[in-house]
Amino acid sequence: MRIGVFVCHCGSNIAATVDPAAVAMAADSMPEVAYATDLMYACAEPGQKAIVEAIGEYRLTGVVVASCSPRMHEPTFRKTVERAGLNPYLFEMANIREHVSWIGKDKEANTRKATDLVRMAVEKLRRDAPLHSRRFPVTKRVLVIGGGIAGIQAALDCAEGGLDVVLVEKEATIGGKMAKLDKTFPTVDCSSCILGPKMVDVAQHPRITLHALSEVEELSGFVGNFKAKIRKKAPYVDWNLCTGCGACLAKCPSKKATDRFNEETGLTTAITIPFPQAIPKKAHINPEFCRHFMTGKCGVCAKICPAKAIRFEQEDEIVVEEVGAVIAATGYDLADWSGYDYLGGGRFPDVITGLQYERLLSASGPTGGHVVRPSDGREPKTVVFIQCVASRDPSKGRPSCSGFCCMYTAKQAVLTRDHCPDSKVHVFYMDVRAPGKMYDEFIRRAVDEYGVDYIRGRVSQIFRKGERYVVRGADTLAGAQVEVEADLVVLAVGAQAAHGAEKLAERLHISYDDQGFFMEGHPKLRPMETNTAGVFLAGACQGPKDIPSSVAQGSGAAAKALCLFAKGVLENDPQIANVRPGRCVACGKCVKTCPFGALNIVEARGRRTAEVVETVCKGCGICTATCPQGAIQLQHSTDNQILAEVNALCRF
Amino acid sequence: MPILERRIIGFLCNWCSYGGADAAGVSRFTQPTDLRVVRLPCTGRMNPIFVVKALLAGADGVLVSGCHPKDCHYSEGNYYARRRLEVIKRFLPVLGIEPLRFEYTWVSAAEAKRWQEVVTAFTEQIHALPPVPRLPDDTGIERLLRELENSPLPICGCHAGHE
Ligand SMILES: Cc1cc2nc3c(=O)[nH]c(=O)nc-3n(C[C@H](O)[C@H](O)[C@H](O)COP(=O)(O)OP(=O)(O)OC[C@H]3O[C@@H](n4cnc5c(N)ncnc54)[C@H](O)[C@@H]3O)c2cc1C
Ligand code: SF4
Repeated sequence: MRIGVFVCHCGSNIAATVDPAAVAMAADSMPEVAYATDLMYACAEPGQKAIVEAIGEYRLTGVVVASCSPRMHEPTFRKTVERAGLNPYLFEMANIREHVSWIGKDKEANTRKATDLVRMAVEKLRRDAPLHSRRFPVTKRVLVIGGGIAGIQAALDCAEGGLDVVLVEKEATIGGKMAKLDKTFPTVDCSSCILGPKMVDVAQHPRITLHALSEVEELSGFVGNFKAKIRKKAPYVDWNLCTGCGACLAKCPSKKATDRFNEETGLTTAITIPFPQAIPKKAHINPEFCRHFMTGKCGVCAKICPAKAIRFEQEDEIVVEEVGAVIAATGYDLADWSGYDYLGGGRFPDVITGLQYERLLSASGPTGGHVVRPSDGREPKTVVFIQCVASRDPSKGRPSCSGFCCMYTAKQAVLTRDHCPDSKVHVFYMDVRAPGKMYDEFIRRAVDEYGVDYIRGRVSQIFRKGERYVVRGADTLAGAQVEVEADLVVLAVGAQAAHGAEKLAERLHISYDDQGFFMEGHPKLRPMETNTAGVFLAGACQGPKDIPSSVAQGSGAAAKALCLFAKGVLENDPQIANVRPGRCVACGKCVKTCPFGALNIVEARGRRTAEVVETVCKGCGICTATCPQGAIQLQHSTDNQILAEVNALCRF
Repeated sequence: MPILERRIIGFLCNWCSYGGADAAGVSRFTQPTDLRVVRLPCTGRMNPIFVVKALLAGADGVLVSGCHPKDCHYSEGNYYARRRLEVIKRFLPVLGIEPLRFEYTWVSAAEAKRWQEVVTAFTEQIHALPPVPRLPDDTGIERLLRELENSPLPICGCHAGHE
């Protein structure tokens, strides 16, 4: 092999704490290295051109680039060497930026380490074989998980782009949190007026199949060819017949069911439709409260239903959908604040969350849009808002900012003044974060036009005083303790990933952070991708986001899916397992350990041997470490290559 | 010239710990310079014999890090790793190798800070041990290693299957 080594300066990112010329000089005397040099920016156009030219000029047959993380630029440089006529897998990277230059300032030690990493890459490259991708057809359908505004946008854009879409929503209706909001900042336009038409579009689009009250139980396969197992929970109503007339709701005698849509600010019936604009507008029974399920008697709904749609005996249904890409859009839920004892932790009926307050403000909510205290139904005279509850609080393990609560608190403060013009409104805040378009102006209006009193400081205690509450906190600008008597307290409880997000992430083989939010492929450059090919992200499931950003990411994820399918055929990653039939004794241990079912025992030329299904193998290498014979090798990560890297270190 | 660094080899899975180490770099979290990383697709790829071979070949320490259990990119690779690596850790004294020279742990791609802590702690742990003598080329062990490199791996199959 004739190896070329290119050591990148990355401007001063590497060169400030590593000596690239010295690394290149050391590389020059490594085995089979025919050419070594340093470059200013290897990934930029002149850098790539220099690599391509050097391959021609020095007849190089393999390339090592020492620069940033391969997670960043391996695909870039593979394409570069391919352009010069090399097999893209005769290429290795040494990560001398993230793993060297950025983590220490000792130039001598860093240069030594960089040289070692280059030596490892050279030794690995010497044992690389050219690999070739297989092409395979794709299923041009997309699975969107979660029907909030992000999922709705993604589904509509994909469908408009000509893809068939399967939309899976866990609740009985799509719409997500946005459907629960009264108005939206900073324009204070009505939430359901802008969301409603989009929900109807979903229902009517011929390319969109909606599974409500459903969850994805399993995802198998690989990019282009996934199989999703979906559990459709029994609504105990035949949705093909139900017209959503609501006759059953009016007659159901069990009227004390928890109302999840209204954030438990009111009660509903055991058979219910979440809200009048629900999509699908179909009734479902909550068996926890249904008299038929509890006592075996009742069945009033079955008698009254003009469509004869009630089915008490209905069972969950499993459907399998074949799709080529997945967009996760499962949004967020409010953090659990029951541990916030000093705020009552949920003990005080008139200390509620921001989302509950949206339901009180909403004309379709349980109070018909009258702002009243949950405890006695009286209009509040003083409303106190407390920001950053379960946000920016490292002591409770919730260090991040939830992003949208400053804005919605201002919105709710303004709406409170609209609904109850005589009321006084106070907001306890740490900082006001309003970086969006027209956002800061909106906060100013709340203060200047609506007379909202902003108090900078944390609340230390809420306690009862007769029928009212005393909110005690600090006013850090005045340097004094303050106490405000309030009739109603609204907490801006921070966001965490939707309940069950971690479990879903495991099913989709994607990562999540400590708040359960799904991890994007790159914090800056790959915001909708994940590290699993063909699985994309949209909306607040990736981190707290307001509606404009969720919509943008929904469209972005749809664009990613459309790009993926624009080709019609995909190529697999050829870094997969390979069986040496001569060594295989057909013991079947690899078949048992492979998590993807990519291995079979087959008869070949009168001998039993393991065989890899190339499009299914994901290249994890579990089989390679399992095989007692060393008969399966993960290509591009063979035992010999890994040990060669180890030896490259230990010999020097 | 006195050698200040020890030879510490890290085997990192591509999806979590390698990403975590990258994130630590991006965050400029200062770390000792001893560790050199071998990138693996998954800790499930980690044949425990790599640990033994590295330590016999002259490494002062070996650190393996992957995704947290349940969060494996390949669903279950780190469960296999956990079993295999625990066994090899307990077996090291039998081979006459100080077990403190080997650790395995889990660091996610988001845990940049934790990666810094893990590297720093492990490097300190290795510096507390005497350095492994650096052998001249082509000693008995070198030859043995070369032979091993070309032989089937002497691992029994009893680690197939997991919890
Ligand atoms: C009190 C309050 C007021 C707000 N006001 C505003 C405002 O005025 N303006 C603004 O821009 N933003 C506002 N926001 C933020 C806004 O709610 C979010 O930006 C938006 O809802 C994010 O949309 P999403 O689709 O990503 O997530 P969500 O709205 O949370 O939707 C996620 C959907 O996925 C479903 N789902 C979850 N898990 C699963 C699963 N496993 N399988 C299937 N489906 C699943 C959920 O049921 C839900 O339907 C406010 C937030 C709060 C808390
Ligand atoms: S958005 Fe505002 S209220 Fe919400 S956590 Fe961040 S700073 Fe606190």
